Amino acid sequence: MNAKLKKKLTPYGYLLPTIILMLILLVIPIVMVIGYSLYDNVIANKNPVFVGLSNYQKVLTNSDFWTAVGHTLFFVIVSIVAHMIIGMVFALILNTRYLGTRTKGIFRAIYALPWMFTASVIAITWRMLLDPNGVLNFFIQFFHISSEKVTFLASRDIALQSVTLINIWSGYPFYMISILAGLQGISPDLYEAAALDGADAVHSFTGVTIPQLRPILISLIMLDFVWTLQQFALIWMTTGGGPVNATETVSTWIYKQGFTKFQYSMASTGAVILLIVCTIIGIFYVRHQKAEE
Amino acid sequence: MIGKQKKPVKVLIIILLILGAIWAGFPVLWMLSNSFKTNAEIFEFPPKLITENFSFTAYAKIFQNPEQVRFFLNSYAISGIVVVLTLFIGIMASYAFSRFEFRGKALINTVIVAVQAVPPITLLIPYLSLIVTLKLFNTYWALVLTYLVFTLPYCILMVTGYLNTMPRALDEAVMIDGGSRWTALWKILIPSAIPGLISVGMYTFMQAWNEYLFALTLTKTNDMRTVPVGINLLMGQHAYEWNQMMAMSVLGSLPILVLFLFFQKYFIAGMTAGAVK
Repeated sequence: MNAKLKKKLTPYGYLLPTIILMLILLVIPIVMVIGYSLYDNVIANKNPVFVGLSNYQKVLTNSDFWTAVGHTLFFVIVSIVAHMIIGMVFALILNTRYLGTRTKGIFRAIYALPWMFTASVIAITWRMLLDPNGVLNFFIQFFHISSEKVTFLASRDIALQSVTLINIWSGYPFYMISILAGLQGISPDLYEAAALDGADAVHSFTGVTIPQLRPILISLIMLDFVWTLQQFALIWMTTGGGPVNATETVSTWIYKQGFTKFQYSMASTGAVILLIVCTIIGIFYVRHQKAEE
Repeated sequence: MIGKQKKPVKVLIIILLILGAIWAGFPVLWMLSNSFKTNAEIFEFPPKLITENFSFTAYAKIFQNPEQVRFFLNSYAISGIVVVLTLFIGIMASYAFSRFEFRGKALINTVIVAVQAVPPITLLIPYLSLIVTLKLFNTYWALVLTYLVFTLPYCILMVTGYLNTMPRALDEAVMIDGGSRWTALWKILIPSAIPGLISVGMYTFMQAWNEYLFALTLTKTNDMRTVPVGINLLMGQHAYEWNQMMAMSVLGSLPILVLFLFFQKYFIAGMTAGAVK
């Protein structure tokens, strides 16, 4: 082989394992799932028939699917807002000059705790806490908030809120740590300049802190949106989408269509719709990152 | 350092500090506390943090049950293999991105960035038929290969960044001495990127250790289950052995907690790289 050709091929040699892997386990599966969504029941059916976009019509006119979309939006938006507020408050506390370095270190580790636990551990622990006979119900009785036991995860009225609460607990540390890193990157000169202009704490927060953190906050919201939209494990292991369908989200709906009802075409169609939404957010995210550079 | 004026502000901060610690820490404390109770004491009224029957029985039961020990071995093996393969394959790909211009570079790069937006559940349905076709269903490889799709992109983006900060003169010096590019990469460049690689390795380990959806669907028998799926299995099989589930939760969280305690700086650097620059 001549040297020139060899030099041209070298980078592909280094990339070969990655390319093979991405081709077989990313590109081909995406083509497959789009294909499934265009046929009537695949896998279960030996000779599936091409049906064009009629599965999309079925999914998009399915009232259960729209109920799941509604639950997902509630879950995602409430989670993001709460993550942002809790993350910001904790980051600001950990960044004040009133606390010593050691105190900050200890509390940072405590506040970051939920981050260390996998979804199934979080799910089981919260099922225990929220149990009708659990410790949270003890405090509710103790402080006379309610005389009856609250069935957080088993009641259709509050199951979605309860699952959202669990997700809030599990997700805010990422915001806290990222915002804290951002706060430490803001030049003290900016605050001094604001103070010279007579700004009080509130004004220096809205005038300096927020504008300086803006790129980080936007990244956080977009990342969290994509992650929370796809949240499956936490919901599956706490309520399984129930009671009835009170906590059914798009992910649990897709999973059930595929793996309990064996309606692979419907599941694939839902999965493609989810992929399209995530891709659109992904494009905005990449553009935002590029614009910042 | 304590400010001299503004006492109300300080009081407010201390109150928030304690409320925050209860919110973040109480569920974890309760998990730990219940892992030392007997099953009958879990929902005792009024609840106690430490009961008179304080014991390690729940932990002992887990270690005596080979099926449950197997969950841990599976999780360690799979996560370990995923970390090694991700770093090896990812470093090679990063070297190509950092040191060469070639046709298709932009396209491959776009695919790698785009993976991060692909929902795992979208890939799950085709994966099931693909993994069955490849005869990998219910094996370690079913999980290792599918996890790589999600761990590689982060590794490649991060390591390419590290390599870009290293001067090409380093590679050239090795090649003038008669060494190959391969030697330059593994003997010179990689050793100086170790701190960054620790961050990447830990993030990868955590992704693999925590994965639930694929582990649930692409394995079937209990000897192939990982910790996240295994904890949930305890619920169905033994009619709610809460103390054992809590003990297993504590044990299952230990690797990540230990990594966090010893490598807090790398850990945070790895986790926040997505949002903070």
